[in-house]
Amino acid sequence: MREIFFVQAITEAMRQEMERDPDVFLAGEDVAGHGGTFGTSAGLLDQFGEQRVVDTPISEVGIIGLAVGAAATGMRPIVEIMFCDFIGCAMDQILNQLAKMRYMFGGRARLPVVVRSTVGAGLRLAAQHSQSLEALLCHIPGLKVVMPSTPYDAKGLLIAAIRDDNPVFFLEHKALYRIRGEVPEEPYEVPLGVADVKRPGRDLTIVATARMVHEALAAADRLAQRGIEAEVIDPRTLQPLDIETILASVKKTHRVAIVHEAVKFCGFGAEIAAQIAEAAFDYIDAPVTRIAAPFTPVPFSPSLEDAWLVNADRIVAAVEQMMPVPAA
Amino acid sequence: MTIPPDKLIELYEKMVAIRLFEETAGRLSTQGRIPGALHLYVGEEAVAAGVCACLNVDDYITSTHRGHGHLVAKGGDFGLMFAELFGKATGYCKGKGGSMHIASLDLGMLGANGIVGGGAPIAVGAAWTCKQRGRGQVAVCFFGDGASNEGSLHEAMNMAALYRLPVIFCCENNLYGEYTPQHKHQTVADVADRAAAYNFPGVVVDGMDAIAVYEAASEAIGRARAGGGPTLLECKTYRYYDHVGVRPTATYRTDEEVERWKARDPIAMLGARLLEMGVLDETGRQAIHDRIEAKIAEGLKFAEESPLPDPADVLADVYA
Repeated sequence: MREIFFVQAITEAMRQEMERDPDVFLAGEDVAGHGGTFGTSAGLLDQFGEQRVVDTPISEVGIIGLAVGAAATGMRPIVEIMFCDFIGCAMDQILNQLAKMRYMFGGRARLPVVVRSTVGAGLRLAAQHSQSLEALLCHIPGLKVVMPSTPYDAKGLLIAAIRDDNPVFFLEHKALYRIRGEVPEEPYEVPLGVADVKRPGRDLTIVATARMVHEALAAADRLAQRGIEAEVIDPRTLQPLDIETILASVKKTHRVAIVHEAVKFCGFGAEIAAQIAEAAFDYIDAPVTRIAAPFTPVPFSPSLEDAWLVNADRIVAAVEQMMPVPAA
Repeated sequence: MTIPPDKLIELYEKMVAIRLFEETAGRLSTQGRIPGALHLYVGEEAVAAGVCACLNVDDYITSTHRGHGHLVAKGGDFGLMFAELFGKATGYCKGKGGSMHIASLDLGMLGANGIVGGGAPIAVGAAWTCKQRGRGQVAVCFFGDGASNEGSLHEAMNMAALYRLPVIFCCENNLYGEYTPQHKHQTVADVADRAAAYNFPGVVVDGMDAIAVYEAASEAIGRARAGGGPTLLECKTYRYYDHVGVRPTATYRTDEEVERWKARDPIAMLGARLLEMGVLDETGRQAIHDRIEAKIAEGLKFAEESPLPDPADVLADVYA
């Protein structure tokens, strides 16, 4: 099977869905003429024209509102918020309009919207361009939240998100755009709400999201050399969460660590940890451990940002605190 | 503009329907029979009636927290409206929205909105769909003088102009943003002046004169249908009651001001005009009131006899 970049998987998903369904269109800042700040919509303007690939002004309130109104009246918009940090600019349209319209109207509105946005630190873009704000979005009833970690998952989840009749936030980690992976050429769906065991194991469960899936896999390799087989689970969709896959793993391994790039306090890991404690208390041999960022904005200086970021070393060190790990 | 008699009567009927519905709702609220807060449209009827008389069922409107008048003018059913205000399962929103989120997508009414200015970007989205469909549909965004200071209005107007969308921004300037008079919340006297900043027409009209509103709205809506883009239509109007509920407003408005506006009551004025023009006689005019009163009573009875939602319904309708 051919290998493509994560960024290309995103483009292909959008292209194939736009070919299939004339009601799907893309709007956002620099998505048309420029092909997207990160190249995610390269070539789409030439193929579909400016009524379906739309450059917007720098107007996040307007961008989300455009999606709400167009979706409520029968279209299927994909809109882009260039950096998830900018959801702050649009928060009313996101949390009071997009998320709630269906419920407030007694189920008589349908808002098939995909909001694509980037997350993630490590690129030295500092505090206002580096956040992972998935926890805020997961807290709002009416939204779905997806965080792919591989090109294969990215294409399938984005196609599923576009076909979903609900508002879906599709969060793309900036540092993943240039990873490569096998991706089928034909359209396919990866269902929302289904987790993926990225690496089976019997000794320890590690739940990880987005770029941390790769750090967790690297940590798992190092632990394997020391005789610890970690099972790495990628939820893929955070809302709705496939807690059953996580619980099945925890019941097998009896130890669980949750790894995310976002700040630990009130991060998404807290939700998983609480659900595990509620549903699998008798199965765990140690407290649930969360490995996540300290409670600060993302710093600029490389030495500071690298101290802030979770990585495979820190995951291994945390696991060493959780359980006996033979010396290397 | 020569307005056909049946359209003039439609204007009158819409205004009477709004007035009688709102007065009834106000009474019910004072009696404690409507949960939560109501924002009554009494006094502003000519705006909703004049604009919506230009619209078809497949045109869209976005509304405000003061949305009952818009829904009645767009064809709302009294029974389904009262049921929603009571929180009954038979209401427009199955009891899940209430006054501030009352909506009917079938009627093209994209909801009252509890967020000041929240409807403007949504109306732009609806207008985007209208333009794509190519059938001449339009969207109207109702908003107040208070909302004209929200960033959402400015983003919406800029985008509407940029994409030449068929959307009318209809400002219901009732001289108060909640309890604060207009001259204390903005430096312009005419909100319509702001359209120039976005390079589209801004028009001021007497919002107590239903015929004037209808004529101005017709022109703006006609232009939008023909692909001419947005208009900001500012209707100078006045709400007789408080921002919320029916309490006296003398703490921040003078009785003299209220009486001055009531002296130009939109329904009384249009009624007198229609009698003058011979479009209606007094018997006919009274018959309109009686007929609408009867429909209001029928709707109220329907709502009173409707069940409340099952508590298990709390969990339904979050996701499709």
